Amino acid sequence: MTQRQAAIVGIGATEFSKESGRTELQLAAECAKAACDDAGISPKDIDGMITFTIDNSDEIGLARCLGVKDLAYTSRIPGGGAAAAATLYHAMALIDANVCENVLIWRAMNERSQYRFGQTPTNMSGYTAGHGTGSLLWCIPFGAMTPGTWAGLAGRPYMEKYGVTNRDFGLLSVQQRKYASTNPKAWFYEKPITLDDHQNSRWIVEPVLRLLDCCQESDGAVAILVTSMERARDLKQPPVRILGATQSIPRNVEVIANFYHDDLAVMPEAEGTAKRLYKQTGMKPGDMQAAMIYDAFSPHVFMQLEAFGFCKRGEAKDFIASGEIDIGGKLPINTHGGLMGEAYIHGMNTMAEGVRQVRGSAVNQVRNVRNVLVSSGMAGAILARD
Amino acid sequence: MTAPNEAAPAPDAVPTAAKPTRLAPIVTLDAKFFWDASDREEFVGQQCGACGKFRFPPAPMCAHCNSLDTRIVQLSGRGKVVSWIKPIHPPAFGFKEPPTVAVIELEEGTRFVSNVVGIAFEAVTMNMAVEVCFEATMGNHKVPVFRPAQ
Repeated sequence: MTQRQAAIVGIGATEFSKESGRTELQLAAECAKAACDDAGISPKDIDGMITFTIDNSDEIGLARCLGVKDLAYTSRIPGGGAAAAATLYHAMALIDANVCENVLIWRAMNERSQYRFGQTPTNMSGYTAGHGTGSLLWCIPFGAMTPGTWAGLAGRPYMEKYGVTNRDFGLLSVQQRKYASTNPKAWFYEKPITLDDHQNSRWIVEPVLRLLDCCQESDGAVAILVTSMERARDLKQPPVRILGATQSIPRNVEVIANFYHDDLAVMPEAEGTAKRLYKQTGMKPGDMQAAMIYDAFSPHVFMQLEAFGFCKRGEAKDFIASGEIDIGGKLPINTHGGLMGEAYIHGMNTMAEGVRQVRGSAVNQVRNVRNVLVSSGMAGAILARD
Repeated sequence: MTAPNEAAPAPDAVPTAAKPTRLAPIVTLDAKFFWDASDREEFVGQQCGACGKFRFPPAPMCAHCNSLDTRIVQLSGRGKVVSWIKPIHPPAFGFKEPPTVAVIELEEGTRFVSNVVGIAFEAVTMNMAVEVCFEATMGNHKVPVFRPAQ
């Protein structure tokens, strides 16, 4: 028997807000149902469920809402948002191995109205084993208790080595807000910013991050439904092939508190993901018409652009400044506005935009898309037209 | 009405140090030796008894040779600054003024997140030499911080 191939056949989302007014389990159920409806698959036929850590909605609780008849597989991948694209990898493996037929991937969060990632935490349980964030324990007595501080510490050596300034980061933020301004689903719809706005926004972490270098805190949920390519061709939407997907967690790499590996001016996990992904698919950076790149904080995008070979090390600032990430550039990125402009659904909304670009249904549609890279830093996938 | 602890001190009273507001570390079983040593103002680390490699964060096994033979040794306390930031918002918990948070690369080759003290944030430079000293936390503990090398 030839190996099956996995395809994304459904995407679903709630609205993105700052106060959803309902529970995370309800958000999860709503987005999952929407993804099933998008595909034309009954929720009852879901037989695999995948999410990643720091999600409060329970697998079994969600399965019960959806009326899932017989769940064959569940997994919850460590690493929080860094594992977003790893869900596609795990779903692909399940389909390829004939273990599941309909795999649901989801993320539901009231991350603005119920708890706030950007603030100093009041509950330290997230720092324990199983969250892939144990090294954060070593930051707490020193006044580094937020994702911004860890990202700032990890980002500064890159800035120092390549002469990157916060103003360089601003150009990314301006571009992403430009995309968000024409996306009705984005929180910052019709609210573009200028570079001056960015430079006048308050410091979060000097001299790395201003407010407009940070992703939002959002309420909302997104689901993605994966099945086999063969089955996908009979469903409602044009199939989006998962051409390749992989994960890379190199030695001494940590999620966000990433300052223990050898060369602090690179992201070894993104380089590892790129290497495996290009080998797996036989593709190269020039084969991508767009990329959806996890943008929790500006420096992450710069370092991923370099890790995936879209530009050379230290040259992301020039690549962005010369307009290459705009809609007509070499590589439009985060065309929904990213986690900064659309919403912060932990990378899931960014992967959904990758699906829309391949389908040809994005509001900021790139012309002639065949292949789109999606990356969450520690994992990535190449989505392709049938 | 004035609370007793707000009463003005007698003119000849010795000023007492302000009560520490810095958060105490969260102590896990694998790292207890480190924080216990810090309380005694000792800066220690793990060294593999078989291959001699230092490791951090603490772990029960050497990642190079997989030996369980672990020695707790005094570290030099000397290192250099390889990253440094000033957290502005939200304000760093337990600090009246924004601290300088830094990644210190120790002489032994491992890295350690800490504070750089005794020098203005703007005066810190890449690879600046620093040495360990200790500051008090809430709950009567002490944690290692770093000052410019003498």
